[in-house]
Amino acid sequence: MALKLDAKIPAGPLAEKWSNHKAAIKVVSPANKRKLDIIIVGTGLGGASAAASLGELGYNVKVFCIQDSPRRAHSIAAQGGINAAKNYQNDNDSVYRLFYDTIKGGDYRAREANVYRLAEVSNLIIDQCVAQGVPFAREYGGLLANRSFGGAQVSRTFYARGQTGQQLLLGAYAALNKEIAAGSVKSYPRHEMLDIVIEDGEARGIIARNLVTGEIERHGAHAVVIATGGYGNVFFLSTNAMASNGSAAFQCYRKGAGFANPCFTQIHPTCIPVHGDQQSKLTLMSESLRNDGRIWVPKKLEDVKAIRSGAKKPSDIAEEDRDYYLERRYPAFGNLVPRDVASRAAKERCDAGYGVNETGLAVFLDFKTAIERLGKETIKQRYGNLFDMYEEITDVNPYEQPMQIFPAVHYTMGGIWVDYNLMTTIPGLYAIGEANFSDHGANRLGASALMQGLADGYFVLPYTIGDYLSHKIQAPKVKTDTKAFDEAEKGVREKIARLLSINGKQSVDDIHKKLGHIMWENVGMARTKESLQKAITEIQALRKEFWKDVKVVGRENDFNVELEKALRLADFLELGELMARDALLREESCGGHFRSEHQTEEGEAKRDDENFAYAAVWEYKGMDQVPEMTKEPLNFEFVHPAQRNYKD
Amino acid sequence: MNFTLKIWRQKDAKSKGAFETYKVENISADTSFLEMLDILNNDLVHQGKEPVAFDHDCREGICGMCSLHIDGQAHGPSKGATTCQIYMRKFKDGATITIEPWRSAAFPVIKDLVVNRSAYDQILQAGGFISVRTNSVPDANAIPIPKKDADESMDAAACIGCGACAATCKNGSAMLFVAARVSSLAKLPQGRVEATRRAKAMVAKMDELGFGNCTNTGACQAECPKQISITHIARLNREFLSAKFKD
Repeated sequence: MALKLDAKIPAGPLAEKWSNHKAAIKVVSPANKRKLDIIIVGTGLGGASAAASLGELGYNVKVFCIQDSPRRAHSIAAQGGINAAKNYQNDNDSVYRLFYDTIKGGDYRAREANVYRLAEVSNLIIDQCVAQGVPFAREYGGLLANRSFGGAQVSRTFYARGQTGQQLLLGAYAALNKEIAAGSVKSYPRHEMLDIVIEDGEARGIIARNLVTGEIERHGAHAVVIATGGYGNVFFLSTNAMASNGSAAFQCYRKGAGFANPCFTQIHPTCIPVHGDQQSKLTLMSESLRNDGRIWVPKKLEDVKAIRSGAKKPSDIAEEDRDYYLERRYPAFGNLVPRDVASRAAKERCDAGYGVNETGLAVFLDFKTAIERLGKETIKQRYGNLFDMYEEITDVNPYEQPMQIFPAVHYTMGGIWVDYNLMTTIPGLYAIGEANFSDHGANRLGASALMQGLADGYFVLPYTIGDYLSHKIQAPKVKTDTKAFDEAEKGVREKIARLLSINGKQSVDDIHKKLGHIMWENVGMARTKESLQKAITEIQALRKEFWKDVKVVGRENDFNVELEKALRLADFLELGELMARDALLREESCGGHFRSEHQTEEGEAKRDDENFAYAAVWEYKGMDQVPEMTKEPLNFEFVHPAQRNYKD
Repeated sequence: MNFTLKIWRQKDAKSKGAFETYKVENISADTSFLEMLDILNNDLVHQGKEPVAFDHDCREGICGMCSLHIDGQAHGPSKGATTCQIYMRKFKDGATITIEPWRSAAFPVIKDLVVNRSAYDQILQAGGFISVRTNSVPDANAIPIPKKDADESMDAAACIGCGACAATCKNGSAMLFVAARVSSLAKLPQGRVEATRRAKAMVAKMDELGFGNCTNTGACQAECPKQISITHIARLNREFLSAKFKD
């Protein structure tokens, strides 16, 4: 049975859809809100803002996170900024322009209505955050400052030094604390959702593991919200936090929720290159650096050789011998092209032999011109903490020598399929923020992840969830002693027991590294039919290896990090295959999904709107079964899809 | 590089802990301190032994999860860095490195190097927020804020809530943590409205949770990975005193 996909996009002109929809959906009275329970899993920007807003409205909210405090969710690591269509710089920005840039940046693979709503509420986010005491950067006149990000020709990015995600999350966390203090929200830190409970086709609650005691707990609610972020760690090495994982989303998929566009992965162009095989994590250097940094490699291969051997320093290379390849290829946007374009261009130069470190997998990000133009002090003010961080990690002073950067996995645009109300294909189950697929198409623009997380949590979900819950006002408290809960708990216990009993020869990390290698080589920046078929076979074999040969030490009823990692890896081993299958079926290149077979003569992504203007929504059929794909067609009523042009 | 590690192992909150000694070999100087522990843990798993539990997550110095006392210093030898931002080139080849959890009465050990810092959440729940509802706010540019004030607010808001200040303080005081939040909000017009009430409530909660008093030794400032200044403590004291006068 194929999935039934009704996106529930409201009728009417683009600019009126959200207002019309809000007017049409039902609301729940204050007296009834008190009777309704909501579970939110994850406390990043989406989860924390949703929990705070729903608590304020009067619902009973339970919020879960795997970290020791809600404040540590991975949104905290976002550096550069958050977009909004305020037009404070008077550079002719508008809601429409932010909408258009986002649709175009996503290579026309997102829903128009969702993206327009995102742009529309973006301005409210900035107002909200300022009122919460988020110390955004300001000009001397006391008004808010902006900077530019990739994929835009206006300055619409609001920022708090290089710590914008931290400050926005502390704002949302403070709002959450206010509600925890008021008693409307109960917080469960160091808890991990291990299954979703479905009864009569509707979400009824979750099974969670207390990560300190190992206890398995049942929690019931009238609605469940998944806000657990992306699954980039399927690649082992990524810029995601170590514990970031796709398991909560995967359990929803396993229980019948559609999973959309799993192959849409963002490879961020400016990360610190990999230095050896002992590395556990990659470090991002903020996109904001591309405001003033210029990306280049030498024009001559002999200079490349000299730099690699240490015979020459990058600063020895004369201006005319440098290839500022983004400025050369994309004059209109230059170093500020979108991330997918910048990443592929770096790969193209490195594949051609111009990579500047010993592995051949690095390009320069140079501040020489900016320091000459603005002075070292200004650069220090703008990027001081990032420069210090770079020097601490690499032992190179970026004020004197250019930074070395290379693309790395950063974000997943794909995720749980949701309709306009952010509800999944399972009634009562919602997905917000990076965990859903809705707004970024095939490529996300910089500074738009924070925007989406907060848009969903503060301004969309609190309204749309009421429409569903208005039908639940007569429903009693959800009981957790039912067959559905029994079975879900039993499944979780069996899975844990099985993992602990294998006692094989390989650690969880050994196998995760192998998976990461398969993914990066075959499902990474450039994909082909052959590489994807190879990936599917190899992942299937690795999954068997895992279930036969993994070694998980420690006990069930204990603080057991190895067990946590094993549970997450078990899901990554299925998710990786799903990503490869999705990439294999999508015989076109778009955004972050680049099929080498489908490129223009200049090496740009070649979309096929006739055949692939849809979201691919997958339905789970069992661990070793081929999942079924259903299409949600994307109808472009208001913009005309064109080949993305960042040249002129 | 090769190292000898003396690591605090403790089964759970109730058990007594002890140091155990491990050796790690062939570590690259570019390896981060936590990657070095990852390597040790992978070896331990292969030997069928339980790996060392330690808190960590973003590995970029911002989430505040990592929390190790290395050779007697919170977050180890680098100034202005978290544990995850320490690289092995900071240590001498062949060195013996002692690794302990945060030592503070208010942060009980959960296992090995992992401690419970929920006391910090509780302090913030007592008043570390501005009481505004979602969507009930003026335009972001309606109230201009002098750049200097916004910058000072940001200086204090850089706190990552890691707990190094209380773990370092000989009195186990959380004053720098509390002051950073109070001061960050007090520097903004939006935060002024509740400033005195906030200072009083947060200080009362801190006392209630068993943190010690501040005697201005400045150790917290020296060990703070975000180099938050103790001038914020002075501002907290001002807010607190003016709250008391208003009583």
